[in-house]
Amino acid sequence: MQDYSGVWILAEQRHGTVQTISYELLTRGRALADTLGVPLAAVILGPTDDAGLDELIRRGADRVIIADAPELAEFLPEPYTRTMAHLVKTHQPEIIIAGATSSGRTLMPLLAITCHAGLTADCTGLDIEDETGNLLQTRPAIGGNIMATIKSPAHRPQMATVRPKSTRPAPADPARTGALIRETIDPELLKSRVKRLGFTPADADAANIQEAEVVVAGGRGLKKGDNFGLINALAALLGGAVGASRDAVDRGWIGYPHQVGLSGKTVSPKLYLCAGVSGSIQHLAGIKTSENIIAVNSNPEAQIFQVANYGIVGDLFEVLPLLIDKIKAKQAATAATV
Amino acid sequence: MNIIIPIKQVPETSNVKMDPETGTMIREGLVSIINPLDLFAIELGIVLQEEAGGSTTVLSMGPPKAAEALREAMAMGCTDGILLSDRKFAGSDTWATSYALAQAIRKNGDFDLVICGERATDGDTGQVGPGIAAWLDLPVATYVSRLVENRPGSLVVERLVEDGYETLEVEKPCVLTVVKEAAYPRLPTLRGKQRARKTELPVWGAVDIDADPAALGLKGSPTRVVKINTPKVTRSGDIRTAGDPAELEAAVDDLVAYLEKIDLV
Ligand SMILES: Cc1cc2nc3c(=O)[nH]c(=O)nc-3n(C[C@H](O)[C@H](O)[C@H](O)COP(=O)(O)OP(=O)(O)OC[C@H]3O[C@@H](n4cnc5c(N)ncnc54)[C@H](O)[C@@H]3O)c2cc1C
Ligand SMILES: Cc1cc2nc3c(=O)[nH]c(=O)nc-3n(C[C@H](O)[C@H](O)[C@H](O)COP(=O)(O)OP(=O)(O)OC[C@H]3O[C@@H](n4cnc5c(N)ncnc54)[C@H](O)[C@@H]3O)c2cc1C
Repeated sequence: MQDYSGVWILAEQRHGTVQTISYELLTRGRALADTLGVPLAAVILGPTDDAGLDELIRRGADRVIIADAPELAEFLPEPYTRTMAHLVKTHQPEIIIAGATSSGRTLMPLLAITCHAGLTADCTGLDIEDETGNLLQTRPAIGGNIMATIKSPAHRPQMATVRPKSTRPAPADPARTGALIRETIDPELLKSRVKRLGFTPADADAANIQEAEVVVAGGRGLKKGDNFGLINALAALLGGAVGASRDAVDRGWIGYPHQVGLSGKTVSPKLYLCAGVSGSIQHLAGIKTSENIIAVNSNPEAQIFQVANYGIVGDLFEVLPLLIDKIKAKQAATAATV
Repeated sequence: MNIIIPIKQVPETSNVKMDPETGTMIREGLVSIINPLDLFAIELGIVLQEEAGGSTTVLSMGPPKAAEALREAMAMGCTDGILLSDRKFAGSDTWATSYALAQAIRKNGDFDLVICGERATDGDTGQVGPGIAAWLDLPVATYVSRLVENRPGSLVVERLVEDGYETLEVEKPCVLTVVKEAAYPRLPTLRGKQRARKTELPVWGAVDIDADPAALGLKGSPTRVVKINTPKVTRSGDIRTAGDPAELEAAVDDLVAYLEKIDLV
């Protein structure tokens, strides 16, 4: 176990571009590495732009380990797992953290079995235990009703996936330098029994919900699917994406990619504005890190008001149309003056 | 086609109550149900078996009570069930759980497909499905939202990712984990319930699946839960009442002002 040293974050690229989750992981990884006094490496699979690799160093990595075989361009479970298992065996890191994304949540459990390691899912907090140097991993479970702290004292590497948007991306420091290590992977490891035949992009709005600066969401209080028109209109005015509670999704009012919350997406926008959403603990799990939360709900006791920065207790069918009119008027007035 | 469907019995958590003192779940009066996403796995399995023939075997590791979940799945139309139950399995994390399930699947004989739910509502890790694939050294597709085609040696599926849907061809035998768009679960029928009651339900322990005792239960689990607490999230915001038209007007004006303050209008 003593042979294992150093912290790894698993960076992600898409079409060669490094994804934001990588920078969030650098925030986490840097803190852990500094506490332990060990180097931080970012591992990235698939061909990646040089600028992106530099950016990983500027944002906190001491080393970047890249396996840039073309077979790794898109996430495929087997080549990714075998490549990572090979790298783990060669370098023996004590900690590996990855994003709790569709690929991270697939790769990490495969890798954990292969490496005989413990793996904690969907963490929102990571820390180092004082005496032992063990990784303390905190995660929501049982529908977000509890937070559990978990460790893997007797196995290395210690592995965790981290909720996207549960922390801010690490800032870039142009003065930072680091090493770039290119790894050649045995073609045998790159074989796959899964083939990628194609890709259908989700409607742009649903795809953007995690990146959007503004998210406007609706829940069961909208009463029927057509009334999402109000949410859409407001989102369009504010240049935002549309979100929904699970209840609204289950009723078929809007597609699952729009679902916000524990079993949907976590968002962290500048503004989260919701109407007709009660604020169940599972819904709150997905919006907690939003900068500003604004809620409209007819029930003064609704839980959503406990997390709102600004709230209106009222009928959304009165509040939203008036709000839309007033924003339009404001925007028209501003446009007229410039 | 022989299909294995691992299902988990979970507490009905939509209105779960927590003991604020101990931070544990108040289990009293809690109803146990089939993990909601597993219903989609069951449905997909039944549909495939109806088309291609063969069997659908539901498999659950848990206390004796988990037999209820298996009987319910059989009442929906699954042809067989296996309960994995043994004190030695207690305290398993996902590493040990997927090991035991994989051993049981091996033991059960030839199969073409394993369908899991993407995640269970209680432990909520989503790690068991890929874990089973790793133990059995099988190809896996996670987050499957649609079965496109059942080909002779493979399955074509759609997989839900952050920005859209991938179309994948996966060689059989393989493991799928499904999300809720994958199928529309049917309800158990009366005839199904009668049949389920009559069908034999084997109960297997550690010995029956040739498991390495060191890899089972708490002892075989790399992870340890060391602390549990109940989260609190509160902000003290400005909450306005829009009871009459004047209040409504004022509250919305102030809302626009708030948006202006954060540079959004
Ligand atoms: C394991 C698990 C995972 C879950 N994951 C998620 C998840 O990811 N996301 C999620 O959202 N939920 C999730 N849920 C479900 C969650 O528990 C709630 O059931 C759901 O969030 C409720 O949705 P809602 O707020 O739209 O509906 P409700 O709770 O029914 O709330 C509707 C609200 O609308 C208000 N309202 C009604 N009419 C009006 C009106 N005219 N004007 C203004 N307000 C009005 C009501 O006062 C009420 O507060 C999960 C549950 C479980 C058990
Ligand atoms: C608060 C808490 C936190 C935990 N955190 C972790 C953790 O981070 N890492 C970890 O390794 N373990 C963890 N565990 C242990 C874990 O919950 C158990 O191992 C559990 O038996 C399986 O995990 P799951 O509920 O997460 O299943 P998931 O992996 O979410 O389930 C996915 C699918 O696998 C199948 N499946 C799962 N369990 C069974 C079963 N018993 N029988 C048949 N099919 C099944 C079902 O098809 C299910 O839909 C935690 C437990 C608790 C109580």
